[in-house]
Amino acid sequence: MSDTAQSGPVLAADGTPLKKSLARALRLQKTRALLLIAPLLLFVLVSFIVPIGQMLWRSVENDIVSDTLPLTVQALKTWDASAGELPDEAVYAAFARDMIVAVKAKEHTKLGTRLNYEQTGISSMFRQSGRKVGKWDPVADAPFKQKLIDVHDGWGDINTWRVIQTHARKVTPGYFLNAIDMRLTPDGATTQPEDKRILIKLFGRTLFMSLIIMGSCILLGYPIAWLLANLPMRQANILLILVLLPFWTSLLVRTSAWKVLLQSQGVINEILVWLGLITDEGRLVMINNQFGTIVAMTHILLPFMILPMYSVMQTIPQTYLRAAKSLGATNWTAFWRVYFPQTVPGIGAGSILVFILSIGYYITPEIVGGTKGVFISNRIAYHISSSLNWGLAAALGTILLAVVLLLYWCYDKIVGIDNVKLG
Amino acid sequence: MRVNENMESTNMKMKTILLTTAAAMIAAPAFAASHMANEMTIVSWGGAYSKSQLLAYDEPYSEMTGTTIIHDDSSAEAVAKLRAMNEAGNVTWDVVDVVAADAIRLCDEGLALVIDPDKDLAPAPDGTPASEDFGDLLVSECYIPQIVYSTTFGYRTDMVGDTPPTDICAVFDLEAYPGKRSLEKRPINNMEWALLCDGVAKGDVYDVLATPEGQDKALAKLDTIKDQVIWWNAGADTPQLLADGEVVMGSTYNGRLFSVIEEQDQPVAMLWDAQVFDLDGWIIPAGLSPEREARARDYVRFATDTQRLADQAKYISYGPARMSSAPLVGKHAELGIDMAPHMPTDPNNAKNTFLYNYEFWADYRDDIDAKFQAWLAQ
Amino acid sequence: MASTKTDDAFVEFDRVQKSYDGETLVVKDLNLSIGRGEFLTMLGPSGSGKTTCLMMLAGFETATHGDIRLGGTEINNIPPHKRGIGMVFQNYALFPHMTVAENLSFPLEVRKMGKSEREAKVQRALDMVQMGDFGGRRPAQLSGGQQQRIALARALVFEAELVLMDEPLGALDKQLREHMQFEIKHIADNLGITVVYVTHDQTEALTMSDRVAVFEDGRIQQLDPPDTLYEQPKNSFVAQFIGENNTLMGKVEKIDNAANTAEVRLDDGSLIDTIPVNVSEVGERTLVSIRPERVEFNKDRLHADAHTLKAEVLEFIYMGDIYRTRLRVAGNENFIVKTRNAPDQRRLKAGEILDIGWRPQDCRALDA
Repeated sequence: MSDTAQSGPVLAADGTPLKKSLARALRLQKTRALLLIAPLLLFVLVSFIVPIGQMLWRSVENDIVSDTLPLTVQALKTWDASAGELPDEAVYAAFARDMIVAVKAKEHTKLGTRLNYEQTGISSMFRQSGRKVGKWDPVADAPFKQKLIDVHDGWGDINTWRVIQTHARKVTPGYFLNAIDMRLTPDGATTQPEDKRILIKLFGRTLFMSLIIMGSCILLGYPIAWLLANLPMRQANILLILVLLPFWTSLLVRTSAWKVLLQSQGVINEILVWLGLITDEGRLVMINNQFGTIVAMTHILLPFMILPMYSVMQTIPQTYLRAAKSLGATNWTAFWRVYFPQTVPGIGAGSILVFILSIGYYITPEIVGGTKGVFISNRIAYHISSSLNWGLAAALGTILLAVVLLLYWCYDKIVGIDNVKLG
Repeated sequence: MRVNENMESTNMKMKTILLTTAAAMIAAPAFAASHMANEMTIVSWGGAYSKSQLLAYDEPYSEMTGTTIIHDDSSAEAVAKLRAMNEAGNVTWDVVDVVAADAIRLCDEGLALVIDPDKDLAPAPDGTPASEDFGDLLVSECYIPQIVYSTTFGYRTDMVGDTPPTDICAVFDLEAYPGKRSLEKRPINNMEWALLCDGVAKGDVYDVLATPEGQDKALAKLDTIKDQVIWWNAGADTPQLLADGEVVMGSTYNGRLFSVIEEQDQPVAMLWDAQVFDLDGWIIPAGLSPEREARARDYVRFATDTQRLADQAKYISYGPARMSSAPLVGKHAELGIDMAPHMPTDPNNAKNTFLYNYEFWADYRDDIDAKFQAWLAQ
Repeated sequence: MASTKTDDAFVEFDRVQKSYDGETLVVKDLNLSIGRGEFLTMLGPSGSGKTTCLMMLAGFETATHGDIRLGGTEINNIPPHKRGIGMVFQNYALFPHMTVAENLSFPLEVRKMGKSEREAKVQRALDMVQMGDFGGRRPAQLSGGQQQRIALARALVFEAELVLMDEPLGALDKQLREHMQFEIKHIADNLGITVVYVTHDQTEALTMSDRVAVFEDGRIQQLDPPDTLYEQPKNSFVAQFIGENNTLMGKVEKIDNAANTAEVRLDDGSLIDTIPVNVSEVGERTLVSIRPERVEFNKDRLHADAHTLKAEVLEFIYMGDIYRTRLRVAGNENFIVKTRNAPDQRRLKAGEILDIGWRPQDCRALDA
């Protein structure tokens, strides 16, 4: 019966080629699978990929200058700033016409805010000038050069026009330069003056503090995870509840509780003074500094370290330790050579979690960080909600994302990402 | 047969339930929309301040118009959120309470509507137009202030010995007043105080602060107390620090100090010297539908009339922004004490006040903040 | 080998007791000596205390009472890693993050042995279990049988004189298990090591051991070489636990201690000949045990004056090398007879009625 199938392509029972009918069956399966994950895919797309894309775009986007002042930007193209002379009347006329339109649309103050990031004082120039220029007529009131300079002497400053010229590009590296303590000036990219450099320092501090927090989470979490994995069921469950308890309390409450404990009139200092270990004047400073930040954040992130460690340790049977001992290893050797290497995937998973979470933390450093425990995310939050310099915030966020990805890549190279287990 | 009958009736029931549910689901948006028509979201700061607004404005307004008022305590992030809402094209707030600096920025960004005081607001009872009644306090064309508050210092009476401070420069005097002090973690106000105590005349402060040398001068003055400062982010921090005895003195909003002193009875007293006046008031977001905009304007008109502003002072020690309200300020609604002496605008408290320059900070905020943060991080 | 007894005892349990909770004893008064080079199996159902005994010997559990001696030295207070006892675990416990060679090298490293010596010994041990080419593999890349060999090699590589094995073949399939039984026995004999082997599989125990200790309820029920254990079980537990077994209930009718015979009146009234094992009085309830292969139904082969019983054939099962016939005897419907598949062997048919009997010495009257 097999000889019929020998010649030509293999056929399915209904005579269609087997490959084709297999493909059809698989296509149906794939469609069904795709439909099943479609909601998740959509969710990830909407809540994750789109915002990140928006952030990336916003960190370089700079439409506002050329959109608000199209004629001026065009006219400035032929102006040679290095000659050291103010632009001619054509530029001023173009600017006046742009402004008359912008004031009607209430766009001029937005532009002022944007350019004020680059040169302090431009914001009020635009606001004040807008009130007067808005009433002008583009034809009847010409010429404009002297009029504008009379309205605000900033228009007679060559630097104002150089700033507009420099930042007329629709896509700008300016925000990224700002994010690494540099700035885009008419003369090219330069470093910020020393007394305004802070962001690189904060990046470094964020990474350094996150590493310390990760380290203390490992040190504190490891024995707890070990206990969890090795205690009898009943006690382990109670311990697990204690570990998870912080998750059920609001972040603010937990952080404030640390304040009560650590401040100079706080519980710990009071006890130490009462015990006579420190004098009343020599109270320890444990909050509003890096120490406070490390303590509070270690506490908050500890469960993220313990849980992956615990789930990995749970899968390591006691017999390995016994086997090692029966082979002549001391308790320490058995732990270090046999048990510990097997828990490394759990430590890796916990470390990645804790490190990435702590890099992005800002509430706790804000409350207990004082001046030295502040993270880069606090600056991002400041630029999002206070200074409204979203471009800079986006650039900082993008760099942070890149740093995380870079570290992840390094981790993969050194430890191997397959070596990470959540259980 | 019986079983079948039961099945039948169950089926019927199921059908009815399904139909009702479907009907409800179709009707829900329509219902919500009709409900919306009589509902508005008012954004403010929360805590005692929101409560004073609730009692003085919202409850009477609801009673009068039948409008349901939803409260949102997001004023601290109002500018960022309004900008995001505006970008998304879905503004859900109707009236927002902000400080003057934020109002100016919202107005600059085109995120707040222009309010004409003489057209949109009630005149004073004696007929004075609103623009005159508010006077200089109308700092932005989009902004109607309700109250004048001040940022000022409170100190622990039990930690300053026999010579309680009377001068703002006590803050910088570590010898006479040792101990920690709390200052807000931003340059605004701190830089001005530092210059005042470094010998700069009141009228010259902003001119000096506009120069890099002036900024360095202010930071150098702050540097002398830097390691004795606890920096705060929230208005509630200083009252708590004072109550715990963590600091000897600290700056915050005068209403917060009033509540520590009078309501919680802590050993704290006010140092009114060089208090910095600021305003708190309403803006109406841009991008509302005509009906919502009309209702928002109606609410603002009601909430900023002479009597309403005077009423608010019964619940919190902030001065009404209308001149005509001042004589109507009475006693605290619960404590029964006279509120007038606790107002920052009371002549006894306002002997030496400092005028905050909004325009200056709108220009220099980003620049000086970067310096200030870099200085903090050193 | 079976003759090595107390006189040159290598491992000794002396009145050892163990309790986990302070209320019940898991091991009750254990006395056992194991000779040098002996292969001793601890056999018993789960919970009988055999594994606990092994763990006490390895040092992972401490005896609540009594002494354990190794080579004449008391080892109660010596930690496991100083006992120098090799051990093979149930699931092999090969370290998953090390290669096979590293696993074997581990006990030598902790003994601070030089590198070249280590490598030589590891290779020799791997060759011994015919795994010489597998040194570079990870345990996860090996089959169950291969892992088993590596675990064995690792327990032997540091030349322990005593090797403990805790159900080492439990996870293997039947064929591989039988093969490994032979291999382990072979290696143990060649090296002359002493093995204490724990299992609940009685076939395994019988095949491999010099002596078997049958555990039940925290006590050794019987300690004997396999043949004695099988043919002369000392009580009804051992009789039923080891091999297949037919049981009949009855009362002792007559007992003759001199001739070592006893007549038992079964519950259906018939009388049979037995040897008394642990019955001593007339009228005592007894459980009579007969191995299925010792039951005889060919009249010619029965003793002339032997008592016989009527039996009805219920089922005949052809099993290749043997026939298995189920009978109803004295009310017991599960009375099994096994006969060899031989040319002259008769195949019984269901429904057939016949007389069965046995040699009296094959029929043991035990405690009821």
